Amino acid sequence: MATAPVMEQDRTGGTGHVLSLRGITKTFGAVAALTDVDLDVARGEVVAIVGDNGAGKSTLVKVLSGVHAPTSGTITFEGSEVTISTPADAQRLGIATVFQDLALCENLNVVENLFLGQEIGPARLDEVAMEVKSWELLRELSAKIPTVRIPVASLSGGQRQTVAIARSLLGDPKIVMLDEPTAALGVAQTAEVLNLIERLRERGFGVIMISHNMADVQAVADRVAVLRLGRNNGVFRVSDVSSEELVAAITGASDNVVTQRSARRGAIAKGEPA
Amino acid sequence: MSGTDVEPATEPTAARVATDLQDERLSQGAGGLKGALAGLGSRVRGGDLGVIPVVAGLVIIAVVLQSLNSQFLSAANLENLLLECVPVGVIALGIVFVLLVAEIDLSVGSISGLSAALLAVFYVDRGQSVVLAIAVAVGSGVLIGLLYGQIFNRIGVPSFVISLAGLLAFAGLQLAVLGTKGAINLPFDSALVKFAQLQFMPDWLSYALVLAGGIGLFATGFARAQARRKASLSAQSTVSLAVRSIALIVLVGAFVAYLNDSRGIGYMFVFFLALVLVMHYVLTRTKFGKSLFAVGGNAEAARRAGINVRRVYASAFVLCTTLAAVGGVLAAARLAAANQQSGGGDVNLNAIAAAVIGGTSLFGGRGSAFAALLGILVIQSISNGLTLLSLDSSYRFMVTGAVLLLAVGLDSVARRSRASSGRA
Repeated sequence: MATAPVMEQDRTGGTGHVLSLRGITKTFGAVAALTDVDLDVARGEVVAIVGDNGAGKSTLVKVLSGVHAPTSGTITFEGSEVTISTPADAQRLGIATVFQDLALCENLNVVENLFLGQEIGPARLDEVAMEVKSWELLRELSAKIPTVRIPVASLSGGQRQTVAIARSLLGDPKIVMLDEPTAALGVAQTAEVLNLIERLRERGFGVIMISHNMADVQAVADRVAVLRLGRNNGVFRVSDVSSEELVAAITGASDNVVTQRSARRGAIAKGEPA
Repeated sequence: MSGTDVEPATEPTAARVATDLQDERLSQGAGGLKGALAGLGSRVRGGDLGVIPVVAGLVIIAVVLQSLNSQFLSAANLENLLLECVPVGVIALGIVFVLLVAEIDLSVGSISGLSAALLAVFYVDRGQSVVLAIAVAVGSGVLIGLLYGQIFNRIGVPSFVISLAGLLAFAGLQLAVLGTKGAINLPFDSALVKFAQLQFMPDWLSYALVLAGGIGLFATGFARAQARRKASLSAQSTVSLAVRSIALIVLVGAFVAYLNDSRGIGYMFVFFLALVLVMHYVLTRTKFGKSLFAVGGNAEAARRAGINVRRVYASAFVLCTTLAAVGGVLAAARLAAANQQSGGGDVNLNAIAAAVIGGTSLFGGRGSAFAALLGILVIQSISNGLTLLSLDSSYRFMVTGAVLLLAVGLDSVARRSRASSGRA
C-alpha cells in the first residue's frame, strides 16, 4: 500500500481517549468478521470508520453497542477496562448508537420510541415531561416532524432517522455512534445531520460515524479509520488524505476499479481513446 | 359552546400555539367538543376504529337477541350474563398480555381446569382454609408461567408448541389431581361460592362507585390537561372532559339503576372490572406496559433499547398463566364444583377469541385491557342468548366462530385502511 497510516496524537491534546479498542476479534462460526481491530476515540473528536461491504463496520458497531460480545480483545472506556455484553451495559457507560436499520418500534409513537427503555417515571409515566423533552430534542435537530403522537410507521425514512438520532442523545452519552447516518436522507437532511455531528463534537462528545459517503466523511470527520476484510487498514487524518488515498486503503490497492475508472474518464475528457 | 371554553392551544394568535401544534402541516381543528368529535370522525375514516366495531356489534347482538327472546335484556338475565363473563374474561385478560408480545398460550383452559381441581382438592378433600387453597391454585399458575418462560427463553421452543404440550399435560394433571372421583363439589355456604353466585353490591355502593368513577375520570383528565397547558402543549378542553365524564355517569348510572331493580351488580363482576382497570393502567402508564408493546412491535429494537426482552416474555407468560389460574378458581366458585370438564370444551378458544374480538392483534404490539372485557361480553351475550332460545351448543359454536371471523376480518380491513392513511 502506497500511503503509510498516520498514527497521530488525539486532537484534544492530552485529555486521553474516551474509548480505546485493542485487538478486537469477532468470529461467527468459521467466519472472522473482525480480526485484531484497534480504534481510539477522544473527546470532541469525530472518527469515521470506512470500508467496503463486508469489511466489518457494522459488526464493530454491534460489538461497541453490546449487541454482539467480542470473541476476544479489550475495550477501555474512560481509562478502565470494561465489558459490554448487553445494550443496557453500553447505555450505562454512555455509548449511544444509531443503528443502520434505526431499530424503532413502528407500532409506538415518536415519544414512546424516543424514551423506549429509559422512560421518565417507570411506575407512573410522566407523559408531559417526556413530550416536552421530545420537542426540545427535535427542535434542536431542526426536525421536520409534524406531531410526536403518531406511530413511527407513518413517518418517512428521513423523519425516522431524525427520531433515531434524537433518541441516541437522550441518555446523556459520551460517545455517539452513527451507522450510515446519511444513507437514507435527502440533501437538506444530510446537511442537517452533518451540522448535528459538528454540534456533537463541539459539545465534547466522541463521535463514531460509519459511512460509505466520502464527501460526508471528509466534510465532518477528524480522523478516518479504514477497515478492510475485518482488519485495520490505516488511520488517516482527514486534512492529510485525499479521496484517492482513502479509496486505495479501502479497496487494498492503489490500482483498483475506482482509479481505473477515473483514469479512463480522464482519458476520455482529453479526447484520447480509452 | 362559548369562546371562553376554547383552550389556549387553538387561539388564533400564533404566539400562543401549543408546542406540539406548531407545524404548519398539521390541520388545526376546532377546539373543544366539536374538535374532539371531528377528530373522532377523521380517525374512523382513517381506519382507526378503536372500540367502535365491538360496541356496535354488542348493540346489534342485543337488538337481535332481544327481538327473538324478550328475556334477553331483562335485568335478571343481564346481571347473570355479567357474572358469567368473569371467569373466561379474566383468562382473556391474560391472553391479551401474551398476544401483545406476539406469542400465544393455547393451554389457558387446561391451566384453569388444573387450578380449579387444586382448589377443590385442597379446600374440600384436605380441609385446608379457602385462602390456602386459592393460594395453591393461583401459585400453580405462576409456576407454570415461569416454566413456560424458561423453556421459551432458554431452549427457544415456540410458544405455540410449549402451550400445546401444556394443554395436554395439564389436562392430564387435572385428571390425576381429581383422582377417581372425577368431581368435587364446593360447599354452597363457603365465602368463595357466595362471592361468585350470591353477593351483589348494595344500591348506594353501586351509585357511589359510578359517581366516583366519573369524577375520577374527570379529575385525572383535568390534571393532565392542566399539566400539558403549563408545559405549553395542546390539551383537551375542560368542557369535553366534563361532557365525557357526565356521559359516563349518566349511561353507566342508568344501566346500574336498571340492574338494581333486580339484584344489582355482582361483586365478582366488580372484581373483574377492577382487574381490567389495573391492567389498563399497567399497559398504558408504566414502563413495563410500554416494553410489552415494544417487544411485540419489534423485539430486536426493544433489545437494543436496553429492554430485557427475555424478562418481558417471561412476565407475559406468567401474567397469562396466573390470570388463567385465577379464572379457574372463579369458574369453580361460580359452578360450586370442580370436575373433569373444568376448563375443557370451548374455554380455551373463547378466551383467545374474546381478546381478538375486543381488538387485540394476533401479530403483537396492538391491544388493550378493555379488549378482554368487550370481547367476552360479545361471546357471552351470544352464548347466553342462544341458550335462552334453547338452541344447543352446536349453534353456539357456529355463531361464535362466525363472529370471530367477522371481527378479525374487520380488523384486517381496518389495518389496510390505517396503512393507507398513515396511522399504522
